[in-house]
Amino acid sequence: MFNRDRWKEILEVLTKNWFRTLLTAFGVFWGILILIILLSAGKGLENGIKQDFSGVATNTMFMWTQTTTMAYQGLPEGRNFNFKLGDVGLIKDNVPNLRIVSPRNGLRNQQGVDNVFYKNESGSYRVFGDYPEIIFQNSMYVNHGRFLNYDDIKERRKVIVIGDGIRKDLYKETEEVLGTYLKIQGVNFMVVGTYKEKSSNGNGENAERQIYIPFTTFSQAFNRADNVGWMAITAKDGFSISQLLPKVVSTVKESRKVNPKDERAIGYFDLYEQFNRVESLFAAMRWIAIIVGTLVLISGVIGVSNIMLIVVKERTKEIGIRRALGEDPWSIKKQILMESIFLTIISGMTGIIFGALFIYGMNALLDSIGPVDMFLNPSVSVGVVLMALAVLIISGLFAGFIPAQSAIKVKPIDALRTE
Amino acid sequence: MIEIKDLHKSYKMGSNSLHVLKGINFSCEAGELVAIMGSSGSGKSTLLNILGMLDEADSGSYTLDGVPIKNLSETKAAQYRNKFLGFVFQSFNLINYKSALENVALPLYYQKVARKERQEKSLQYLERVGLKEWATHLPSELSGGQKQRVAIARAMAAEPKVLLADEPTGALDSKTSYEVMDLIQKINDEGNTILVVTHEPDIAEMCKRVIHLKDGVIVEDKQVEQVRAAQYVQ
Repeated sequence: MFNRDRWKEILEVLTKNWFRTLLTAFGVFWGILILIILLSAGKGLENGIKQDFSGVATNTMFMWTQTTTMAYQGLPEGRNFNFKLGDVGLIKDNVPNLRIVSPRNGLRNQQGVDNVFYKNESGSYRVFGDYPEIIFQNSMYVNHGRFLNYDDIKERRKVIVIGDGIRKDLYKETEEVLGTYLKIQGVNFMVVGTYKEKSSNGNGENAERQIYIPFTTFSQAFNRADNVGWMAITAKDGFSISQLLPKVVSTVKESRKVNPKDERAIGYFDLYEQFNRVESLFAAMRWIAIIVGTLVLISGVIGVSNIMLIVVKERTKEIGIRRALGEDPWSIKKQILMESIFLTIISGMTGIIFGALFIYGMNALLDSIGPVDMFLNPSVSVGVVLMALAVLIISGLFAGFIPAQSAIKVKPIDALRTE
Repeated sequence: MIEIKDLHKSYKMGSNSLHVLKGINFSCEAGELVAIMGSSGSGKSTLLNILGMLDEADSGSYTLDGVPIKNLSETKAAQYRNKFLGFVFQSFNLINYKSALENVALPLYYQKVARKERQEKSLQYLERVGLKEWATHLPSELSGGQKQRVAIARAMAAEPKVLLADEPTGALDSKTSYEVMDLIQKINDEGNTILVVTHEPDIAEMCKRVIHLKDGVIVEDKQVEQVRAAQYVQ
């Protein structure tokens, strides 16, 4: 196979009619290029969307109270109610395989009305009462100082962790933040840490303008008693929160005396389901890219097959001569097949190279114009490229098969007679 | 060397059947130079094709150098052609995108002779037909006589047992025809067996034995006084 004369001949045959070879090669080149561009664009979109999820515990649900729509156990419909802190323990006991159950409270800040004050500066920010575990559920990390801990919870310390955006708003560039006091709705809190957002795109800026207060401190300072505003619940790895969700909801319905059939008393949002929906959307997109790309590639391969048939037809006499001189029919077949595979691979490789250049160009462009919403780092994996290569070899083989067969189908004596 | 007994061959032309060879008996020894003559349609080309294993007889036996030639697979036939036979055609049948040297080297390539040895050997044969200087030229750059000499070199390169020439001078003027015949005679002088199909009497006279075919049977088989072609060649 790695025979110098054979390769020489392949090159001679393919270069004999440059333009035709080029046109044929273009079909395969185009197919592979489109396949790669489609896959990489899909990947870019996927990366872009998934970045919004990055750092967030995706196996998470959120649950809040609404108004009951059914009467139950003597309680009327249209009743407002709250989760209680006791529900957290109840959920943990009743529903297995939960990793984190975070009760949360929040201050409703009115737009334009400042609720946070520092020296002469002030701003309007969202303020949460939280347990320390919330840091594992949100896509945040502490970049200065520390996060809330259980001593803060136990001793109801008046400490806060603020977003880096707030530091930028209220403090001077070089000013030390730790140990300073912020006044929130008339109560002073000491700053013990600042956090940043893991994902840098989209609403990252907003996410860095929030304040975290120990849950117990929050309840006391803002008179929430043992009420819980909403909960963020994350399942253990390997368990789907979507499957645990009904049990969680039914547990709180029971403890809050809500009619089990009342679907609207408790609101929830299943992040995992959303995430999975996005996942399957991208899986579907990948398949579409593969199917479309492959179809384009097939038309290219048919072009190769077609041209090989013509080449064989043109060389009928030559093949007759060679067989008269004693060339093994198999050797002729191999020759045609190798020409076909060679042409397919060369044009396919060119397509892959151009595809890579295209991706490189796209990335360079994206880098230069800054982050684009929902599009990030388009790429294809090496596995895909290797698979494409395998597909090329196989399709080259297929493209050459019929022409090779027809090359040795003609009897040498008939082949010699053709002019 | 060649032994043919009661060879029959007919072609189907639609509903008709054309009986071309009607019982040919023929044998030839090593070192013979035989001319097969006959008008067109006499079956001489068919006979040569069967001898060359390019075609198969309907009935009868064919033995080449003690090997029975019958029911060959394409692969086997290719092997035998390569090992036993050298072909020279009226229209030269050189491969036009290969140089003279590469053309001569082809049968050796099919014998899987190593590249270097192949080239040396081919060059040697080109030298014998007087075309060493033309080794790198393409067939399109050669004259008719030169092409046929390259073809003869190619046929000889594999050192076949029998050289089959189908109207080797059919496309050449008489001067170059004689040059080619001179070459064939010289090769025969070295002990090679050669069969020449021709319809030109002067070419036939340059062989040692002449067979006349008519309507698919041998009507005449005679030894002749060989006319040397060298006397016509300056």
